[in-house]
Amino acid sequence: MNLTPRRFADAVVLAPAGRIDHVTAEAFKAALVPHLALCAAGGDRVVLDLAGVEYISSVGLRVLLLASKQAKGQGGDLAVAALQPVVREIFEISKFTLVMNVESTVREALAKLSPSAVAAFDAG
Amino acid sequence: MTSAEVQRKLVAALMRAAGRGLDTREKAQAFVARELDFAVSHTFGGNSSCVQIAGRDAPVHAPYLLCDLGSGARVFANQLLAERGPAGHVFHVFMSHVHWDHIMGFPFFMPAYIPGNQIYIYGCHETLEEAFRRQNSAPSFPVDFSRMGAAIEFTRLEPGREYRIADFRVRAMRQHHGGDSYGYRFERSGKTVIYSTDSEHKQDDPAAIEAFVEFFRDADLVIFDAQYSLADSISVKEDWGHSSNVVGVELCQLARAKRLCMYHHEPMFDDERIASILAETVRLEEITRGDHRVEISAAYDGMEIVV
Repeated sequence: MNLTPRRFADAVVLAPAGRIDHVTAEAFKAALVPHLALCAAGGDRVVLDLAGVEYISSVGLRVLLLASKQAKGQGGDLAVAALQPVVREIFEISKFTLVMNVESTVREALAKLSPSAVAAFDAG
Repeated sequence: MTSAEVQRKLVAALMRAAGRGLDTREKAQAFVARELDFAVSHTFGGNSSCVQIAGRDAPVHAPYLLCDLGSGARVFANQLLAERGPAGHVFHVFMSHVHWDHIMGFPFFMPAYIPGNQIYIYGCHETLEEAFRRQNSAPSFPVDFSRMGAAIEFTRLEPGREYRIADFRVRAMRQHHGGDSYGYRFERSGKTVIYSTDSEHKQDDPAAIEAFVEFFRDADLVIFDAQYSLADSISVKEDWGHSSNVVGVELCQLARAKRLCMYHHEPMFDDERIASILAETVRLEEITRGDHRVEISAAYDGMEIVV
């Protein structure tokens, strides 16, 4: 799965697309691995831009939660942003809004994670 | 249900009824039946697991098929005895597992004490009979198992193998739960009911997901443990042995099951909370539906579902 990474200073924005379900979740997880390895204290912050994700299943949500846990364990920060309405409802019904950093926009997520990242984002 | 909860329901009902002129019993009953939210006019109850599965065309004195013997078994048995007398009954009971909440009704299952009743208890655990005998013995209970008057037989089933019992085709499947649990697939007259409680779906094994999809395949009803939220079941309550509404909907969608009945509610949740979860799950099915609709419900004491 191509996550089309974009770097803004010390943050990287990853943008999966399509469905993240029992068919695609393993590929999503594999694509996250190198980025999560750098998501540590003093390393990258990671923002998952989900604007292009039309559906996420429990398998996909599990991948996200494990990624978040790994980041936290390494002293890093991970957030998800820009959920489509259906995906936001899935997050809310699953109570994932209570266990993950969920922001309305990529900019808001970057602003929460890194001043230099949001400055780089604003600079275009 | 506590007195405080009863009072909350009464206040909610009275507020809703304000100005409605419900001055006869008939008007009040119609109002309660049609206009109040379920959480106000009813209760999901609090008995632990016991489900009866009956064939629609079964004769009146057909054997009774039960899943588990939680505290709900006491209510079932007392109603049965009141309607049909004390003896001459045959029960086929399929046990998901022998944790206390699933066997706790048996010491109070009156037919077990009455000669002339026959009780067949099936399960896949080696400890099946031991669990029941130990429960009905000192210091746990004053009446020893050996003094029960009914004929009681234990049969160990092999998961995956199909059995023909009480005119049903029955197959068990091992589930992830402390000490294992087993779900059952019941088929009769072209209808299929799945009883799958105390089952955690870890969603990290595609083969396991596919196995449950096949076990639930085309079922008319899936009775499914949805005790936790998905978030809880993957994080703080991982390996606690229960599943979620989200996974229930997904498995039923993949299996093209017709109905999902959420079961084994979190005991800490009150009626309003369970009703809220039901509404959310109905919404979840609606927004994730493909070409197949799954009807969603939440189990309550005394519920009957016709498939």
